[in-house]
Amino acid sequence: MTPNQTDRIATQLINFLVLIVVLILLFLLGDIIFSGFPHVSWHFLTSPSSSFSAGGGIRDQLFNSLYLLVLTLLISFPLALGSAIYLSEYAGNNWRTGLIRTAIEVLSSLPSVVVGLFGYLLFVISFHIGFSILSGAIALTFFNLPLLVRSIEGSLHAVPDSQREAGIALGLSNWRTIRGIILPAALPGILTGIILSAGRVFGEAAALIYTAGQSAPILNYADWNPTDGSSFLNPMRPAETLAVHIWKVNTEGVTPDAVSVSAGASAVLIIVILIFNFGARAIGNHLYKKMTGGK
Amino acid sequence: MDEIQKKLNAPSKASREDVIGRIISYTCIAVIIALVVSILYFITSRGIATFTTNHVSLWQFLTGKQWNPGTLSANGQPQVGALPMIVTSFSVTILAALVATPFAIAVALFMTDIAPKTGAKFLQPVIELLVGIPSVVYGFIGLTVVVPFIRHLFGGTGSGILAGTIVLFVMVLPTISSLAVDALRAVPTYFRSASLALGATRFQTIYKVLLRAAMPRLLTAVIFGMARAFGEALAVQMVIGNAVLMPHNLVTPTSTLTSQLTTNIGNTIMGTLPNNALWSLALILLLMSLVFNLLIRYIGKRGEIKS
Amino acid sequence: MEAYDLNQTHIIIPPEEIALSTKQLQVYYGHNQQPSMTNASLSFPRFQITALIGASGSGKSTYLRALNRMNDRIARVDGEIRYRGTNINSPKVNVYEVRKHIGMVFQKPNPFAKSISENITFALKAAGITNRQELSNRVETSLKEAALWDEVKDSLNKSALSLSGGQQQRLCIARAIAMKPDILLLDEPASALDPISTTKLEVTLKELTKKYTIIIVTHNMEQASRISTYTAFFHLGHVLEYDQTEKIFQTPEIQATHDYVTGNFG
Repeated sequence: MTPNQTDRIATQLINFLVLIVVLILLFLLGDIIFSGFPHVSWHFLTSPSSSFSAGGGIRDQLFNSLYLLVLTLLISFPLALGSAIYLSEYAGNNWRTGLIRTAIEVLSSLPSVVVGLFGYLLFVISFHIGFSILSGAIALTFFNLPLLVRSIEGSLHAVPDSQREAGIALGLSNWRTIRGIILPAALPGILTGIILSAGRVFGEAAALIYTAGQSAPILNYADWNPTDGSSFLNPMRPAETLAVHIWKVNTEGVTPDAVSVSAGASAVLIIVILIFNFGARAIGNHLYKKMTGGK
Repeated sequence: MDEIQKKLNAPSKASREDVIGRIISYTCIAVIIALVVSILYFITSRGIATFTTNHVSLWQFLTGKQWNPGTLSANGQPQVGALPMIVTSFSVTILAALVATPFAIAVALFMTDIAPKTGAKFLQPVIELLVGIPSVVYGFIGLTVVVPFIRHLFGGTGSGILAGTIVLFVMVLPTISSLAVDALRAVPTYFRSASLALGATRFQTIYKVLLRAAMPRLLTAVIFGMARAFGEALAVQMVIGNAVLMPHNLVTPTSTLTSQLTTNIGNTIMGTLPNNALWSLALILLLMSLVFNLLIRYIGKRGEIKS
Repeated sequence: MEAYDLNQTHIIIPPEEIALSTKQLQVYYGHNQQPSMTNASLSFPRFQITALIGASGSGKSTYLRALNRMNDRIARVDGEIRYRGTNINSPKVNVYEVRKHIGMVFQKPNPFAKSISENITFALKAAGITNRQELSNRVETSLKEAALWDEVKDSLNKSALSLSGGQQQRLCIARAIAMKPDILLLDEPASALDPISTTKLEVTLKELTKKYTIIIVTHNMEQASRISTYTAFFHLGHVLEYDQTEKIFQTPEIQATHDYVTGNFG
């Protein structure tokens, strides 16, 4: 075989493998959409789930997922932002910073089930908070923090040093420079990072099974008092999310229409995550254009 | 002293702002550090209880094949042999990485050297979408498509290492691919032009120059994928069968560390041996993730491209 | 490169009122034992332009950045910087106030990713100026002083990044002088600009000497001779000669200076 023939064959092989990857994705999306969509209806989205009979919906699970997402971001964003600012603006180039970075890397490499079990041990068992949205949100924060820190730090780093110098040379404090100049300039990147992490949080289940729990008690959507037991806003109630629901109906095997419920729920899950992904890109581009005056 | 001199010598609003900024950001980082330390501490202290409180020997735990922590064996020892789960976890991880790596490198080469434009336009979103699909959805599709397919081909239940490998292969594919792209992009362009200018074909350049220069980073990409596969819980749990048996082939039900944990931790009572034994499994997971981490660092340090 | 005697120097003290001076200034980067700037003692006259010239790596930018303590985070600076009877190199001195009085413009234009007017008002607001009339007055006067007003007066709310390079650099000057500093430090401000923008910038700088003391680093010797009254020649981290610009360019005392200004250097 001449080198040219080998070259042609190798290229063909690469193209073939790539084609298979694309086909896998198409198959996955196709399967989710075609087997899931017929089950997604207004009724499916707005009625409570049922464990032992067919025809249950996902209303509470969908709400729980969104509520949990909001709470998680409320806790993890400020922490991640502060830490990212530390790493990109204050940390010196020394062993201490190295140790901190290692710790964050370790956190990011922990399997989510281990993070979830830690949340279970600490909040559900030791602090007697029980299975609750709050425990779940804290566990998801652990899971989300390292990624968020990394993406925010990346966005801050991408702002040129000349911007920092410009601020400091005007007699501004470092903090003012960071808040008023660096953060706004890094905003498109930061937002994109948050939304992408939101997609991950939304689909996460392993960290939640033993923290937010696997049950969805009847919720009262008219009760706006978060301290009431049945209020939909109560952060201390157990809350099964959409992703956990898919896992549960498939493993418990008591729901007669488990397959169609999970197909529908998967479709909803994927659509929400797709919206997050495209939204992240659109918002990032939009803000970037706005800031640079369309140039 | 005139007014300017006074100003030069006194703290101002800006000095106070900086103190506040430092306090805020130092506090945030301290919270994260405290968190990591307490995760390591709590899981470790729980995980070693099997050996310190229940006096199970570490050797027996790592090599025993019987997992039945609630009952005693004939010789009066508790049956906590984790070997089946350790073997299964490693099997699915290594098999998934073996299958995924050629695909991932093909994808990466396509995006960096074969057709960068098409790659950026079509393949990048494909990879991003694959990353975005939640693991329970992978598990669900595994359960409704892969398991029945294997059952049809080989008989039995269809659950097992093969099903787990297929599901994990798709899950780690995007992780390895995107890191492989970074690895190939990090090879300076003049490596390519130098090789091509010497009359090498594109494949010779890829094989002899690119892949070799990028090898350490490609390896870390694969290890990243393996770390993800090793720690994946729900998707695997849904297709592996969850029977704690030594795997004898690829298509009989078995159990990984993660699947055993998720299935049983809620069914055991805190402080008892069956519960402690599960925390020991969690400790293995934790230690393995540290090992993966160290490997990545070690290879990363040795393989930096100097240019 | 020819080895010049770094101990043979010719440094004058200008007869005019001195706005800023340094004594035995030394700068060490990182953990280096060897200073990047050695024993620089210079005095800068008020309301004049002083040029700092020298090859790249001669330490002129390092020296300039030490003057308003921009090097605080990356280098150790020994010696004295005297401004208004205070040694502003002392760690006790409020560095933010120092920078308010000694402004700086950088090599590459670095406007904020904000509107043109916000670029100017941002630091003013941080300094406690909230009166809207006062803010818009400062925007207008500083843009006029920087000779940019006529070009941007109808688009003050447009993003500063939509301006051309030359306009951006003049905006950076306007931003600095809006703080009403005493002294303006410029680090090769024209190096990223085209010839027409450069000429405009030089005219602007000449105008600014009515109100400000200017110290400018430049690698362009024609520029130094066109706009400055005094010139300092830097070589390998040492100041070898400091005198009136005319003297430096026509009858320098030091061999190295002579070789540099005649182009026979290195």
